Amino acid sequence: MKSGLFAAAAAALVFGAVTTAQAGPTLDAVKGRGFVQCGVNAGLPGFGNPDSAGNWTGLDVDYCRAVATALFNDPTKVKFTPLSAQQRFPAIQSGEVDLLSRNTTVTLTRDTSVGLNFAPVTYYDGQGFMVNKKLGVKSAKELNGATVCVQSGTTTELNLADYFRTNNMSYNPVVIESNDEVNAAFFAGRCDVLTTDASGLAGTRAGVAPNPDDYVILPEIISKEPLAPAVRHGDDQWFDIVKWVVYASIQAEESGINSKNVDEFVSTKNPEIQRLLGVSPGMGKALGLDEKWAYNVIKKVGNYGEIFDRNVGPKTPLKLERGLNALWTNGGLQYAMPVR
Amino acid sequence: MASETRDTVRGAQGGSSFSLSDPTVRAVFYQVLVVGIVVAVGWYLIHNTLDNLSRRSIATGFGFLEREASFGIGESLIDYSPRDTYGRAFLVGVLNTLKVSVIGIILATVLGTLVGVARLSSNWLIAKIASTYVEIVRNIPPLLQLFFWYAIVSDSMPPVRQALNPIPGVFLSQRGLFVPVPVADPVWGEMGFALALAVIVAIFVHRWAKTRQARTGLPFPTGLTTLGLVIVFPLIAYIAGGAPTALDVPQLAGFNFRGGSVISPEFFAILTGLTVYTAAFIAEVVRSGIIAVNWGQTEAARALGLNSGRTLRLVVLPQALRVIVPPLTSQYLNLTKNSSLALAIGYPDLVSIANTTLNQTGQAIEGVAMIMGTYLTISLGISIFMNWYNKRIALVER
Repeated sequence: MKSGLFAAAAAALVFGAVTTAQAGPTLDAVKGRGFVQCGVNAGLPGFGNPDSAGNWTGLDVDYCRAVATALFNDPTKVKFTPLSAQQRFPAIQSGEVDLLSRNTTVTLTRDTSVGLNFAPVTYYDGQGFMVNKKLGVKSAKELNGATVCVQSGTTTELNLADYFRTNNMSYNPVVIESNDEVNAAFFAGRCDVLTTDASGLAGTRAGVAPNPDDYVILPEIISKEPLAPAVRHGDDQWFDIVKWVVYASIQAEESGINSKNVDEFVSTKNPEIQRLLGVSPGMGKALGLDEKWAYNVIKKVGNYGEIFDRNVGPKTPLKLERGLNALWTNGGLQYAMPVR
Repeated sequence: MASETRDTVRGAQGGSSFSLSDPTVRAVFYQVLVVGIVVAVGWYLIHNTLDNLSRRSIATGFGFLEREASFGIGESLIDYSPRDTYGRAFLVGVLNTLKVSVIGIILATVLGTLVGVARLSSNWLIAKIASTYVEIVRNIPPLLQLFFWYAIVSDSMPPVRQALNPIPGVFLSQRGLFVPVPVADPVWGEMGFALALAVIVAIFVHRWAKTRQARTGLPFPTGLTTLGLVIVFPLIAYIAGGAPTALDVPQLAGFNFRGGSVISPEFFAILTGLTVYTAAFIAEVVRSGIIAVNWGQTEAARALGLNSGRTLRLVVLPQALRVIVPPLTSQYLNLTKNSSLALAIGYPDLVSIANTTLNQTGQAIEGVAMIMGTYLTISLGISIFMNWYNKRIALVER
């Protein structure tokens, strides 16, 4: 208890008045404010990254827009807060952001003692290694004694230690806070290996490497990294909204509804689609939203497949295949719970 | 304070009725009121935080320090592996911070003194070089300077396989400076013991020389004797121990050099950055201290027949130090606290490791409290030492 008090005293200093911010449910606060505050990655191509015109782009960013659209029927009603890996949890815990959509891996610790509730997974990822071709390395098992560049405050840091321990190999970590500095150190030659989520490696190789062909991503995927949006404990209604916005986007793809053809489906006879699009009412009311919440999301942001293809798919610089992120009907893991 | 207590007692005895027009009662009333408000606000914040944390079921307490850290650390003064606890990882960070702070303070003092004296030089070129250094370095934010030094290593040094080899056994590359170190041998411990012995003997010689000079006026070359002692004693121990010459020479094996000792680019960058930055401020402190001593003091010392070395050592420096030490203390504290910028270039200092810890455990409040507590302890330690030193050199009025 004594330590608890000490911690609280520190909290008083650190968080100041923020601790009193949680007066009512998040939905009321967001509606009153008129926009969603969303924590995103400051520079991860494909997931959260400002483009050359300063507009935020990425898969995580689009889910912020989807939540805003479900609330306000306007994807621009979002204020993006770029967060480092270390800033993200204090930001969501303290109420600085309403929604954390920042390639965050779902883990037990984060679900419990960090105080988060995770929405459905928006990207199934796994940790990989990238090396310079000149090293002639073909497998991660050959990396004994290597110097490894890694970003601080991520599950990546832990998986790395676990993997080398399991395989009885030693390594020398260079741990840097900012993603940009980690990449700079790797491409300058400070490290033999760069490690992060495989999608991140693809993005970095495509967007940051001086010559992408000089680098090779090793075949081993050493961890499960299910990336999902998160909200804080204590507001079930807000959690439900974020959860079902994600499910709605996945269900839309499964039902063949996209941003271009959604209007044709409004006159459908299929009761499942009628419920989803709000033609037969009830679902919106249950969530505390407008009945056309899912229609608006699909119309203005798109279904899961559209969001994926636009940000990370084969036609983008990241050139990622659907893989585990294909619908369950196509052998992947994306599976929406029934909207009824 | 004493008179106030007396007043209060008198007020309590004299006035049986409570009246705010009584200055004594009024003074007590407002003090109690202010303390009461401070306590109430503090209680409100603590209560509210604990309440919010438990409502969102966020873990509290320091139990996590016992759990396995399972993350790696690049460089450590003590044995560490990912199997060790968060507590030990934090200790590694504290030691790394102390390492860069202590070495940085020593180097910055030496460099700062040289530059400060150089700025007062009558040689135009030396004085201008020193002022240019001070004006450029102290006007650029330290974080940018760290990036600069780090980039110098990673961009201008050769890759590890084409490492420079200026002296046999010494390798310089993007991975740092690898140097051979003597293989572990009991003789190194014995030499340390001999060195300690030499220092003790030197202290006695110093005392004896002082009393003899006070009695007879004859000076004794204490400095040279001390130098001789600290060299000869360990040398005897080294030869007596068999004079081992075996070296652990770094070898290129696999991805990196193995063996020997390494100065990592991260350590080099943070140490150089902090030293160069703080030295610019120390140079100004030293310059102001020397200027503060009246030229008449030097003339008087010369008139008494002291040579220039003794004039500096016995007359100018003791007076200059009184001006120099208090602001110098601030610079030492700045250097220590600026070492927290290490995170940006990947040196595993205490902030870097505490940040990783609080991120893995989600206990930001405890982590930040530990960082603050540690910096406070280190800074207070430096303050206490420097205040003690300041008192020692203070002008003694006779």
